[in-house]
Amino acid sequence: MTHVVTENCNGCRFTDCVATCPVTCFHTDGNMVYIDTESCVDCGACVSACPVDAIYQMFMLPDELTNWIDINREKVAAHPVIKGKHDPLPGAEQRQEALGL
Amino acid sequence: MKIAIVGSGPSGFYAADSLLNAEAGFSVDMFEKLPVPFGLVRSGVAPDHPKLKSVISQYEEVASNEAFRFFGNVNIGVDITVDELSEAYSAVIIASGAQADRALGIPGEHLSGSHSARSFVNWYNGHPDFRHETFNLSSEVAVIVGMGNVAMDVARILLKPVDELRTTDIADHALQALADSKVKEVHIIGRRGPAQMKISYKEMCEIATLKNCSVSVADNGLELSAACTAEIESRTNRENSFNLKLLEAQASKSSGDNTRQCIFHFLKRPEQLLGDTKVTGLQLGRNHLVGEAFSQSILESSVLEQIPCGLVFRSVGYKGLPMPGVDFNHDKHCITHSNGRVKPGLYCTGWIKRGPSGVIGTNRADSMETVASLLEDASGLAETDENAVNDLVEKLNRRVSKVVSFSDWQKIDATEKALGEKNFRPRQKLVSVDDMLGCL
Repeated sequence: MTHVVTENCNGCRFTDCVATCPVTCFHTDGNMVYIDTESCVDCGACVSACPVDAIYQMFMLPDELTNWIDINREKVAAHPVIKGKHDPLPGAEQRQEALGL
Repeated sequence: MKIAIVGSGPSGFYAADSLLNAEAGFSVDMFEKLPVPFGLVRSGVAPDHPKLKSVISQYEEVASNEAFRFFGNVNIGVDITVDELSEAYSAVIIASGAQADRALGIPGEHLSGSHSARSFVNWYNGHPDFRHETFNLSSEVAVIVGMGNVAMDVARILLKPVDELRTTDIADHALQALADSKVKEVHIIGRRGPAQMKISYKEMCEIATLKNCSVSVADNGLELSAACTAEIESRTNRENSFNLKLLEAQASKSSGDNTRQCIFHFLKRPEQLLGDTKVTGLQLGRNHLVGEAFSQSILESSVLEQIPCGLVFRSVGYKGLPMPGVDFNHDKHCITHSNGRVKPGLYCTGWIKRGPSGVIGTNRADSMETVASLLEDASGLAETDENAVNDLVEKLNRRVSKVVSFSDWQKIDATEKALGEKNFRPRQKLVSVDDMLGCL
């Protein structure tokens, strides 16, 4: 099993998840974060940390979001690790409100 | 400035990580009661969850920092007081975790055969203080009170075919005892319903896929009221909607080769443990949930039932113990603090700060908050008197038979791994302090 970051992170990049990850398995392309399935230990801390519910356990992904498994894998291979809490992207709070969260 | 951290579990190491990476150039001395580090990662995480233990490589990286020192086999509060630490160091962070557990508070709780889940977990994980515990595994029926992930770990270790445990780092004494175990029926009791379980979907999946074991729910326990349905559909309750579907699916599975059973009971409370000197059964009372969704409360009915059994585990929460010299909240069983600050110069993090909640990673954000409070106070903290620290370390070396450094721990670690390798196990744990110190 692993965890997968999905579309709600796009435009937000709050990084509360990164702050709480015990194994620093998050990567970023600047727009959002992605999880490295090889390093993820399935502790689940990131799921409740995310303010916009972007993270799912792989087996709990809704059908319409399963394409994010491949996206996470590709992005992790191409982009560096992110460590610690960073400021969210400009407009993140508005996006959160627009999502109703 | 040098900071003392009391405790070497996840919260202690995440605090050390934050401090060592802060611009101010802190150094860290970490103190641990046992000769071995890593807290619940070593003594709490189940032996069949080795992947989760890989967090240790993060802590080893912290420990490899030149500005980090480890002092194992040192009992803060006994060998050295928190006040003595505060006099020598610029600040002290307490990360001592939750050393006790909550009682059920019912008659018969102290009968032989009644245990805390915590003691069973410590025992199968080889914690030195628990190696002499014995559990009545000759009882065919065991009951676990509580519906969290610790209860799931206990159930799974009891129900898993012992051959699957032989290649783990489970303590040898536990492996031998479980090989002779007669336990084949494990009941798990929750005082509320499926919408209020504290079990993660991953753990529920593991129980549902145990070899030769059927999973069922007693007394139509999966029927939900309108309020519970609203709760289970909430976005913050995703895990339970998956847990519910999984439990519903178990009912239609054939019993096949199943020699063992796991039975979930909802809306039942433990009333009394029955028996004279040893447990012969658990008396339960039925509960109802009343009120609006998200603010329901438990109404106790007078309907009672009994489960005959010889082994009962209470799994209703770990509990923090006071650290001498530090303000403690006896209702919450936590240190009294504000954002991790007890007072300038004294801080806390982890379970002793927020209670026994969350998973390993939850401590990272928690420790970051505590260190942020320390950084706010930094300009007012006293510079570390290196002579005072040296005097304190010398005092320790006189008071303690052997203070264990991180490289000493690496020798113990290597010994355990070498012992395990022969039997295709990740390690064979040393379970007494004497054996641990004997490697050095």
